[in-house]
Amino acid sequence: MSRFGSYLSEHFETIFRWFTIVCAATVLFIMAAMFIQLAWNARLAIGEFGIGFLWSDVWDPALNKYGAFSSIYGTLVSTLIALFIAVPMSVVIALFLVELAHPTVSKVVGGAIELLAAIPSIIYGMWGLFVFAPFMAEKVQPFLQETLGLEKAPLIGKFFSGAPMGIGMLTTGIILALMVLPFITAVMRDVFAMVPPVVKESAYGMGSTTWEVTHKVTLRYGIQGVIGACFLGLGRALGETMAVTFVIGNAHHISASFFDAGNSIASTLANEFAEASEPIYLHSLIYLGLVLLVMTFLIQFAAQWWVRRLKKGMGAGL
Amino acid sequence: MKKASNTRRRELTDLTMRLVSGAASLIGIFFLVWILWTVAKNGLAAFNYDFFTALPTPPGIEGGGLANAIVGTLLITAMAALIGVPLGLFTGVYLAEFGKNTRFGGMVRFTINITMGIPSIIVGLFVYTLLVLPFKHFSAYAGAVSLAIIMLPVVARTTEDMLGLVPNALRESALAIGMPRWRAIVSILFRSARSGLLTGILLAVARVSGETAPLLFTAMNSPYWMKGLAEPTANLTVTIFNYAMSPFDDWKTLAWGASLLIMVTVLGVNLFARTLLREKTR
Repeated sequence: MSRFGSYLSEHFETIFRWFTIVCAATVLFIMAAMFIQLAWNARLAIGEFGIGFLWSDVWDPALNKYGAFSSIYGTLVSTLIALFIAVPMSVVIALFLVELAHPTVSKVVGGAIELLAAIPSIIYGMWGLFVFAPFMAEKVQPFLQETLGLEKAPLIGKFFSGAPMGIGMLTTGIILALMVLPFITAVMRDVFAMVPPVVKESAYGMGSTTWEVTHKVTLRYGIQGVIGACFLGLGRALGETMAVTFVIGNAHHISASFFDAGNSIASTLANEFAEASEPIYLHSLIYLGLVLLVMTFLIQFAAQWWVRRLKKGMGAGL
Repeated sequence: MKKASNTRRRELTDLTMRLVSGAASLIGIFFLVWILWTVAKNGLAAFNYDFFTALPTPPGIEGGGLANAIVGTLLITAMAALIGVPLGLFTGVYLAEFGKNTRFGGMVRFTINITMGIPSIIVGLFVYTLLVLPFKHFSAYAGAVSLAIIMLPVVARTTEDMLGLVPNALRESALAIGMPRWRAIVSILFRSARSGLLTGILLAVARVSGETAPLLFTAMNSPYWMKGLAEPTANLTVTIFNYAMSPFDDWKTLAWGASLLIMVTVLGVNLFARTLLREKTR
């Protein structure tokens, strides 16, 4: 045996330990490198447009003037529509799964909802573009505009104006809602299961109905978990790319109507990256990516910090 | 009298909410079935011998298949697993065994959780600036690295969780008979947590094999067979994106076929991994 061989067998314990430490450090390295790389490769755009990039709504490759506002607006609006639908829905689905359904039914339904999370984003995109968007244009949007008369409704009327084209903010929001639903529902289920039975039973003992126990006891008791779930859903929806790119319409303009085409940060990147021939165009797109990275990082950071605090406070497995 | 109507109103609210919650669950399942059915119906129409064996044809010429994209996706995913799985596995080992209560361990755990929430398109952009820009060409290895970065935190998290489930008595007995820790980890803990670890790896592979966004800027796409790892490489997901956005009907048909192939694989691996875990916990 060579000297190296005997050294190896003698110190393998230390080597193995350091190897795992190096692997663990890679994660930190990747995270740091992500910020540095994106910032460095966006330097032309950062130098040219500065922080004003965030609220400038000009996006003109012909003039080489770029601003992120329409993309940020689209990202936020589509995400808000998604959460507006997904959060209440996941509350009642969790209620059904934990409190109302027979255990076998709950297992099957719960499994089906979880399966929604396994479908790849691009499949949602295909289905959204070729099946769901036409359905929205022919059935849902005319129904909202005419049958419910939302187009002429005061205050919210402008959200539902315009031609029913199918693609646009509303369709994107609904598909995003479907995609984040399983993640939020999973946390909601934990919240429902976390409430000590004795607390619920006391409420039942006072003559409360199931719904009253749910919204006056369970949801109040688990309100922090519910907020954590919303954060997680928010983080997921913000960066969703393929499904959004297929159905949002990819137009750089801001419109109050949910029926109009728009874009999001991720969809702009996916759509225009191949066309970016000028260095400033490429750097502007990477700058846009940096904005999305910072947004999701902050939200994830807040969510993790929140969940960690929660775990410490309750000692429960969330 | 007033009291009675109040009770009835409360009961009515309760009944409504019960119905609403059942309906919401049904809506979720309805959408799942709708999506699965759409993809199955349109995808099956695209399947034929050529789909699996032929190269894509230029627009306007009938026929053609996605053989190069199928091979490309398999290759990129395998390479990603080769990089991502060991890194994730040993990160998980560090978190569960060596750095459980250390400050550094806590920092890594926190970062892993954040990394899981970073959009995959940002990972693609990052690898683009790292491996595509400096070398001036798209490549299969850049695609593999971006998928590996997405796998890493998933594998690390499940490894940590699964090793955490192994009873301490097992660790102590291994050390008591004089095993070094590395030996105890590799031969005892890995073996005892085997199905859990495998589940984590399978779920990570399933997740990345359906990813599109990170490949757009790294592996890109190509209508030819690959000749090496350092060139644009055809893959199913980017092909779906390109073909679905094209104006040609036979390309759209191919896109549906590719969608079905990806969906069946991803859902199949997912369900398999879950039954594996269920048997383990039982």
